[in-house]
Amino acid sequence: MNTGRRGFFGRSLAAGGIAALAAQHPKIAAASGGLDGKPLEVPDWTKMLGPGVTAAPYGAPSEFEKDVVRRNVPWLTVSEQASINFTPLQDLDGIITPSGLCFERHHGGVPAIEPDLHRLVIHGMVRQPLIFTMSDLVRFPSVSRIHFLECPANGGMEWKGAQMAGVQFSHGMVHCCEWTGVRLSTLLEEAGVAPAAKWLLAEGADAAAMTRSIPLDKALDDVIVAYSQNGERIRPEQGYPLRLIVPGWEGNVQVKWLRRLKLGERPWQHREETSKYTDLMPDGKARQFTFVQEANSVITAPCPEKPLKAKGFCEIRGIAWSGRGKISRVDVSLDGGANWQTAELQTPVLDKCLTRFRLPSRWQGGPVFLQSRAIDETGYVQPTIEQLRQVRGVNSVYHKNSIHTWRVNQDGSVDNVQVL
Amino acid sequence: MSTMSRFSSLLLAAAGLLAASVAAAQQRGYGIGHKITDAQIAPWNIDIGGEDGKGLPPGKGSVAAGEKLYVQQCASCHGEFGEGNGRWPELMGGQGSLRGEDPRKTIGSFWPWAPTIFDYVRRTMPFTAPQSLDNDETYAVVAYLLHLNDLLPADAVLDAKSLTTLKMPNRDGFIAGDPRPDVKAQPCMKDCKTGPVKVLSDLAKSLGVTPTQKPKD
Ligand code: HEC
Repeated sequence: MNTGRRGFFGRSLAAGGIAALAAQHPKIAAASGGLDGKPLEVPDWTKMLGPGVTAAPYGAPSEFEKDVVRRNVPWLTVSEQASINFTPLQDLDGIITPSGLCFERHHGGVPAIEPDLHRLVIHGMVRQPLIFTMSDLVRFPSVSRIHFLECPANGGMEWKGAQMAGVQFSHGMVHCCEWTGVRLSTLLEEAGVAPAAKWLLAEGADAAAMTRSIPLDKALDDVIVAYSQNGERIRPEQGYPLRLIVPGWEGNVQVKWLRRLKLGERPWQHREETSKYTDLMPDGKARQFTFVQEANSVITAPCPEKPLKAKGFCEIRGIAWSGRGKISRVDVSLDGGANWQTAELQTPVLDKCLTRFRLPSRWQGGPVFLQSRAIDETGYVQPTIEQLRQVRGVNSVYHKNSIHTWRVNQDGSVDNVQVL
Repeated sequence: MSTMSRFSSLLLAAAGLLAASVAAAQQRGYGIGHKITDAQIAPWNIDIGGEDGKGLPPGKGSVAAGEKLYVQQCASCHGEFGEGNGRWPELMGGQGSLRGEDPRKTIGSFWPWAPTIFDYVRRTMPFTAPQSLDNDETYAVVAYLLHLNDLLPADAVLDAKSLTTLKMPNRDGFIAGDPRPDVKAQPCMKDCKTGPVKVLSDLAKSLGVTPTQKPKD
């Protein structure tokens, strides 16, 4: 360490120049880092003080992780406000998605809501219409649960064939977070639901004023009116300050920026449950209110973004999830579905939650057709794309949860393919 | 709370002051939140029942007035005749395409209920100025959208009643109730397939439609 650098470091700190300090962040002295047979060098960062506890009041990932970001597909939508981006599944471990990496789907952009001015109204077929402030809602008994949340269009670009050269785009419309809030049933009891009410309409405060109809049975079962995500208040793009969490059901019903719940006798038949989020079948009829996200899984290592770099030991890793409950088993095939081995599941395995699976393996350098197949506690087995197509054709857009295939090539690169 | 328990709460209330306060606590659960009247909620209470038109406001609008408004406030995105400018959504056409290779799901070909159009347009269109149309303007522009889809004559005037009674071509095109699981796969473990792997689709890399891994600066 030369004194000149230390001197500069001191000056920039004195000036309170955090940005200047970051610019001076030392780089590794020897690029080979001891892999060339020469003695190890002591890198700069061991020989100088780093920033202190006031440098980052709200921490951010290492500057070297700047490529771990959500990405969008520009050709998919004409507007960035009515659009989607994708979780970088290839870069994630475990089951919790960092809040800033959770895929975003909006229909009218992200509103900037002042929490003190935000209100939730419950009305319609209730004994007493009520309005709640955020501090009212936080006073209620709270509950925390970890659940996956998936857009029903996840994988929807691949009904007709493999199209996306990356797991971020083939499967990245899913995330998994710990959500804290008040049970919707608690709030509904507070307002007193009329016996004839069977559905409720959830409405957002965004520019889309997003609405979806939800059956009362589900609302009273396990739905949460959530204000926190992964321990802190929900991120703006995930619905700050208030959203619905409807465990295991398609993302669109988990209305963000929630401002109103209205009880009624029948579904409202709004745009997002007729024109969109309905599944067109080959006979021209569309299935409606197909809420649950059926069991799904994908291998995240290796994948097109994470090719194999060396022969020998390789842990195959992936995620599985089911909107009907817990994952009970995941099988992995190395030969395109002819033979299967059961993978290890990371515990705890939770209800309607991402489940991490892994299988130790060896790669000898030849082509391999990798697949994973999830089975949930109801006994439901993730189907092949051909089985799905036989029943639903290729135009349903939503709810494509078929077994996915990665082909590992001779050189370790990985391609998205579909096999018979 | 059921009618029964509310009734018994009332009995309790009659029995004495302490009992009355218990009943009140029961009736209002945690007693958190504030009462609000329908009149106060009205500015937010904008949902329309798609099937029965419940909530449709008084007022009316003509196809002619709607055309003027549409040209000024909608056509830049949705095209002069609803055909969709570039990649912006199309609002007409597509009849007979739902069973084909390239289904076009529009108001005319797909939407099952006419009042839903009023609900959607009033709550969120025009895209860059949502909730800026008043009720008469909304009736008018919805009338024009229906006219573009040959569902209203050029001299029509639309109101709550005519919108509710208008039968959309695809009204019977939806199946409510989830038939899934509709695929019953078996978890075969050994020799489930024979012969070399048959690749059906292998264009993902060569299509070149996947964004690069570098973040947007
Ligand atoms: C700046 C562009 C823009 C303008 C102007 C605009 N729209 Fe839209 N419109 C959109 C976008 C984008 C969507 C799709 C939003 C989404 O997917 O959430 C849409 C969707 C719609 C739909 C639903 C289409 C379907 O089949 O689901 C209707 C109906 C509609 N607009 C009507 C109107 C009317 C009426 C006006 C004028 C008052 C208007 N729009 C003005 C961009 C625009």
